[in-house]
Amino acid sequence: MSAPRPTTVEVRLPSRLGYEKVAMSTASAVAKLMGFREDRVEDLKTAVAEACINAIEHGNRLNEKLSVGVVLSVDVDSLEVKVIDDGKGMKGRPTKPDIDRKMHGEEDPRGMGMFLIQALVDEAEWVAGSDGKSSYVRLVIRLDKDAA
Amino acid sequence: MQSETKSRIDQLTSPAGRPVAVLRFEGDIASTSKEAVLGTFQSLPKGTAKLVLLDFTKVDYINSSGIALVIQLLIEAANSGQKVAAFGLSAHFTKVFTMVGITKYASLFPGQAAALAAL
Repeated sequence: MSAPRPTTVEVRLPSRLGYEKVAMSTASAVAKLMGFREDRVEDLKTAVAEACINAIEHGNRLNEKLSVGVVLSVDVDSLEVKVIDDGKGMKGRPTKPDIDRKMHGEEDPRGMGMFLIQALVDEAEWVAGSDGKSSYVRLVIRLDKDAA
Repeated sequence: MQSETKSRIDQLTSPAGRPVAVLRFEGDIASTSKEAVLGTFQSLPKGTAKLVLLDFTKVDYINSSGIALVIQLLIEAANSGQKVAAFGLSAHFTKVFTMVGITKYASLFPGQAAALAAL
């Protein structure tokens, strides 16, 4: 008996801020079809939005000739989302924002995207493309997290 | 693609009889919202608007750039001796604001009445 075919949904976004909402809506629809709780859907929407914003701003540097790929792969108990751009990959690792340092001007008020991504999903990894482009962030959210 | 951020100011009085400026936002709060968030806040008279409430009831989408604008507002408020609180955030964005530490500098309330009563 053959294994069921994986379900994949792909979206291509222009590198224009605001279009991350298309990826959010798509991810939300897929997660709801899978039976994720509403609070987990909201977590996923924010993580996907931040990943797309990073891809648009930092990966593709707002170059509208480039697009951002969003690939959603449905598994039995998890949803994987890859957000792919033509950049060299994110430098550094997510760090928890220090609100006191921000309030005192010692840390940029921005720069919370990677932290939010990592904090809101079950797995997050940033992979630099081997050819210096086609980098991606891979997110995984599991269906049974904190199930009642 | 991003919905324009609308903002307006209402002048209210707290149950304790103190004047409160309420900044009501509507739409997305993102990188394009600087004028709606910071510009509106900066239009308040700093000498008299000592209590400021941020109303997020009609805001559906806030991204990290929008959160950064809120933090910039809090920095300016702190420098001017103004107290800021917020209400109307969804459960999700209440969690996000708490995660990034905003609650250390601005209390969050479920609704306007609770916020006004606490000021």
